[in-house]
Amino acid sequence: MQPNDPILKLRDVQVHFPVKTGVFKRVTGHVRAVDGVDLDVRRGEVLGLVGESGCGKTTLGKAILQLVRATQGTVTYSGEDGETELTSLDDAGLFRFRKRLQIVFQDPHSSLNPAFTIFGSLEDPLRHYGVKTREERRKIVGDLLEAVNMRRESMDRYPHEFSGGQRQRIGIARALSIEPELIVCDEAVSALDVSIQAQVLQLLMALKREKNLTYVFITHDLSVTEYLCDRIAVMYLGKIVELCDAEDLYANTLHPYSEALLSAIPVADLDKKSRRIVLQGDVPSPVNPPSGCPFHPRCRYAVDRCKTEVPELRRFKSAKGEHMAACHLIDQPLAE
Amino acid sequence: MANDVALTVKALKTYIYTNNRCNRALDGVSFEIRQGKTLCIVGESGCGKSVTAASIMQLLPTLSRIEEGEITYHGPDGPVRIDQLPRDGAKMRAIRGKEIAMIFQDPMTALNPVYSIGFQIKEMLKYHTGLGRSDRHSKAIDLLRSMGIPLPKKRVNEYPHLYSGGMRQRAMIAIGMSCNPRILIADEPTTALDVTIQAQIFELMDTLKRDHGTAIMLITHDMGVVAELADDVAVMYMGNIVEAGPVGKVLRNPVHPYTRALLDSIPVLGRGKDQEIKAIPGQTPDPYNRPKGCQFADRCAYRIGACDQMPDEMQVAPDHRVTCWRYEEFAADAAE
Ligand SMILES: Nc1ncnc2c1ncn2[C@@H]1O[C@H](COP(=O)(O)OP(=O)(O)O)[C@@H](O)[C@H]1O
Ligand SMILES: Nc1ncnc2c1ncn2[C@@H]1O[C@H](COP(=O)(O)OP(=O)(O)O)[C@@H](O)[C@H]1O
Ligand code: SF4
Ligand code: SF4
Ligand SMILES: [Mg+2]
Ligand SMILES: [Mg+2]
Repeated sequence: MQPNDPILKLRDVQVHFPVKTGVFKRVTGHVRAVDGVDLDVRRGEVLGLVGESGCGKTTLGKAILQLVRATQGTVTYSGEDGETELTSLDDAGLFRFRKRLQIVFQDPHSSLNPAFTIFGSLEDPLRHYGVKTREERRKIVGDLLEAVNMRRESMDRYPHEFSGGQRQRIGIARALSIEPELIVCDEAVSALDVSIQAQVLQLLMALKREKNLTYVFITHDLSVTEYLCDRIAVMYLGKIVELCDAEDLYANTLHPYSEALLSAIPVADLDKKSRRIVLQGDVPSPVNPPSGCPFHPRCRYAVDRCKTEVPELRRFKSAKGEHMAACHLIDQPLAE
Repeated sequence: MANDVALTVKALKTYIYTNNRCNRALDGVSFEIRQGKTLCIVGESGCGKSVTAASIMQLLPTLSRIEEGEITYHGPDGPVRIDQLPRDGAKMRAIRGKEIAMIFQDPMTALNPVYSIGFQIKEMLKYHTGLGRSDRHSKAIDLLRSMGIPLPKKRVNEYPHLYSGGMRQRAMIAIGMSCNPRILIADEPTTALDVTIQAQIFELMDTLKRDHGTAIMLITHDMGVVAELADDVAVMYMGNIVEAGPVGKVLRNPVHPYTRALLDSIPVLGRGKDQEIKAIPGQTPDPYNRPKGCQFADRCAYRIGACDQMPDEMQVAPDHRVTCWRYEEFAADAAE
């Protein structure tokens, strides 16, 4: 088990939700929330998942953790005990892996029970995973709160007594409580004011170094991902359209969708003003995605071929590790 | 006063009373909105941005009051003291919507779900213009088309719930713009939208400013948006404007410690992983228990004894002002 070895391998992962209509709830179609994703998450990295809302980031994050089950494809975990295909396990089989894979949501309010003290919420997973005495649990929860820069005494207070930034830190403390190897952070800082966001980002990075964590960092904020992540995967309609080194995504953008997305981000630097590429219309429905390249109705470079042929994710040359993109018009892919 | 000024706010104090406690939500705020220019009001949640907008529109919550100060609308028939008009009097109703329009973060606060979008635009036109029935209908379609709503002839008869989030926001702008207002107040109009849709809305606002000379007051918490759209900026903190001036000066040579800290706390796209972001320590004070002096003092690295008193507004340049005791030192440093 080396750093950089994949901790998780996703192969052709699909999550399709049935669309039911009418009184008889007949299945009339499927939301292709995640539609064929191949991806390795490397041990110790921060992998960013970006894209417009509805592109499937949360669903992919949940599919990684087996919180939603893939309708097709495999997710394989590798650790000290070798490789395990998580997608073929039932709930009982998953139990010992759940501990290693955790998630922090955008709104910690929805995940902290308002009727419980912070200790009440945080002791639960500990008890679940075998910390028997209350004494011990109180000590661990206290240590966790200190690890996220909060006072131990906070454990006897209720969620509403804390600010948004503090609640987010409590959410992180809870994810850390059973010493996971990988944490999916789903828009974990998106709802916070910028000055507080910086506090939480710095905390996440310090914890990562200290505890050798791997993060899958889901966000719609590309400025944050470029700063924080090692690699970034750009998603569009359930598919990865570009995957590369975080700095390379900006410095050496390959995919037309990534280009448009990056150009739309308001940059707080008057000297870096770029021309925004205004995409027409909204993202098409994932129930009936466009034929060929899913981006073709909004792509300013689209040619005839894009309407019929689905572009594969291909590998391109880059000074910064591998650079993958799915577009017909990019030249010179590396031979497989 | 230059005659391109559309609205003047002078030493405005708006207080909100809840449970017999007073929240000095705006504590002496002054600024101007200029014809054909965009003023961005930027600051973190709770600093008073929305209360500023509500004061101008006379849409304040019931238990609140303009205690002091002036709001003057420089209309075609001479200046009007908005703060002295009865909230729901005929004069204020005529100004609201026709002369000064407002768009909100959540379009559903302005759209009525039980009426078609077209009906709502036509109501505005009926109330504020002399247009006849069929002219109102075609004007409504024209407005939707100019806002980039696809199939406007069909969409005009549809209800808000059939519109996507971005389309609703554009429909609300269409209603806002239906009477060619001289001032548009936009309160975080894109905060809930994807950057690609945000880019469409910004494109629209730029067109209004350019082609109709609309004066725009854009409220945001995003320094990137400020860099992208503002001509003038006012940075707010806890009910005060701490720094204001042309965007070039405030972003390139920020003087106030809070403006600087805010700019230092955000990662900037294109600066890669080596940029240093600095969190602002602590959090904003309790609005019902505000510090006596400088509101930023508890979080400011440059605090001195004098900061226990409220600093006055100082001019760094004729068009650049800042509220800080130590502004001279910081201005000298910023000029380098
Ligand atoms: N439980 C579900 N049932 C049906 N559709 C769903 C469900 N969860 C998500 N979706 C749909 O799947 C798509 C992807 O959603 P999501 O993964 O939440 O995207 P993102 O996190 O990128 O905004 C969306 O169209 C969403 O409406
Ligand atoms: N309807 C309201 N009732 C009570 N307090 C309010 C109300 N609206 C705003 N406030 C208070 O007024 C202050 C300024 O709020 P606001 O203008 O909404 O901030 P911003 O828009 O900058 O986030 C805050 O302390 C807030 O709690
Ligand atoms: S494959 Fe065609 S439509 Fe798709 S991104 Fe490339 S050029 Fe655009
Ligand atoms: S007045 Fe004092 S505390 Fe306030 S910003 Fe200036 S130096 Fe800091
Ligand atoms: Mg999501
Ligand atoms: Mg607000």
